[in-house]
Amino acid sequence: MTPLRVTIVGVVASVLLILVVLELVRGRRLKERYALLWLATGVALLVLSAWRGGLNTIAGWLGVTGYPPAVLFAVATLFIFLVLLHYSTVISKLTDENVELAQRLALLEERVGRAGTGEPPTRSG
Amino acid sequence: MSAGRIAAIVPAYNEAGAISRVVEEIRAFDRAIDVVVVDDASTDDTAAVAESLGATVLRLPFNVGIGGAVQTGFRYALHEGYETAVRLDGDGQHDASQLGKLLAPLERGEADFVVGSRFVEDAGAYRPPLARRIGIRVFARLVSLLCRQRVTDTTSGFLALDRVGIELFAAEYPHDYPEVEATLVALRSGLRLAQVQVDMRERETGSSSITFVRSLYYVVKVTLALLVASLRRYPRIQGASR
Repeated sequence: MTPLRVTIVGVVASVLLILVVLELVRGRRLKERYALLWLATGVALLVLSAWRGGLNTIAGWLGVTGYPPAVLFAVATLFIFLVLLHYSTVISKLTDENVELAQRLALLEERVGRAGTGEPPTRSG
Repeated sequence: MSAGRIAAIVPAYNEAGAISRVVEEIRAFDRAIDVVVVDDASTDDTAAVAESLGATVLRLPFNVGIGGAVQTGFRYALHEGYETAVRLDGDGQHDASQLGKLLAPLERGEADFVVGSRFVEDAGAYRPPLARRIGIRVFARLVSLLCRQRVTDTTSGFLALDRVGIELFAAEYPHDYPEVEATLVALRSGLRLAQVQVDMRERETGSSSITFVRSLYYVVKVTLALLVASLRRYPRIQGASR
């Protein structure tokens, strides 16, 4: 059986995670698109922490006989992998887009410079 | 107050088959309206077709999604000093001959933000599939509740803005699935909303950007955005509530 203290720490930690993510979204430091996976992580950990019988049952299915909270760590690790993998795809897309922006800016500056004053365009507004 | 110079913002992604009719219908409604097509990195001839008809074409270097594309148009309208902006989709579902209904509340100075709603009157002709109809209603109820004002259609992209509205949306517009959250942001910022009954057409070419697979992401993302956005403070815009 899961020790009560593990349950309490697990619940507090996952509630904190959910609140921090929501506050980051509210303060516009995190976009909804990237918050969803974190929220799913928080909810999954909250459910597994609070629902003690369920954690034991799942531990049984997985063959974790000695220490059911190990399932908590396994699930947390799985979600961290998912978040990291998601971010790797996001970074790859951003890299491509950033290169394309730089290339377009270079072509645009050349064209504007040729057409007008010979100065690179100043940024407005 | 007159509507002044009007920009028609038309976001388009691979709409080469529909865009010429959209541009021509806007011209047929009023030749003085400047048509601004925002090409969201189409892989077909959308931009070339629009340009050949004399529309201003803003070409995005890569696909930024509908919200980012529409906001590009609002920023153009802001920088070019337009007094009024209307938005119509590039797929032809919004009928330009109904633009008069959208512009009327702006011309009377009664609203900053006019939405062409399919559900002002209950007996509208538009009958989307059941799941979609439920989604549209639920979001309308949720926004109505959060803003304490009856909103009938928060998913419509057929809208008109005065200068105050252009300034707000140029600064702040969600990037994916923007319409619902944008309605909430506008109301929270003190913009005066008017809703007019419009009919929308079934799309003729291409396919809707909202596939069944994306529906779940749509619902979760928009719900989260609404709930979080309603916890934010939005500065009341000067001159919006006269």
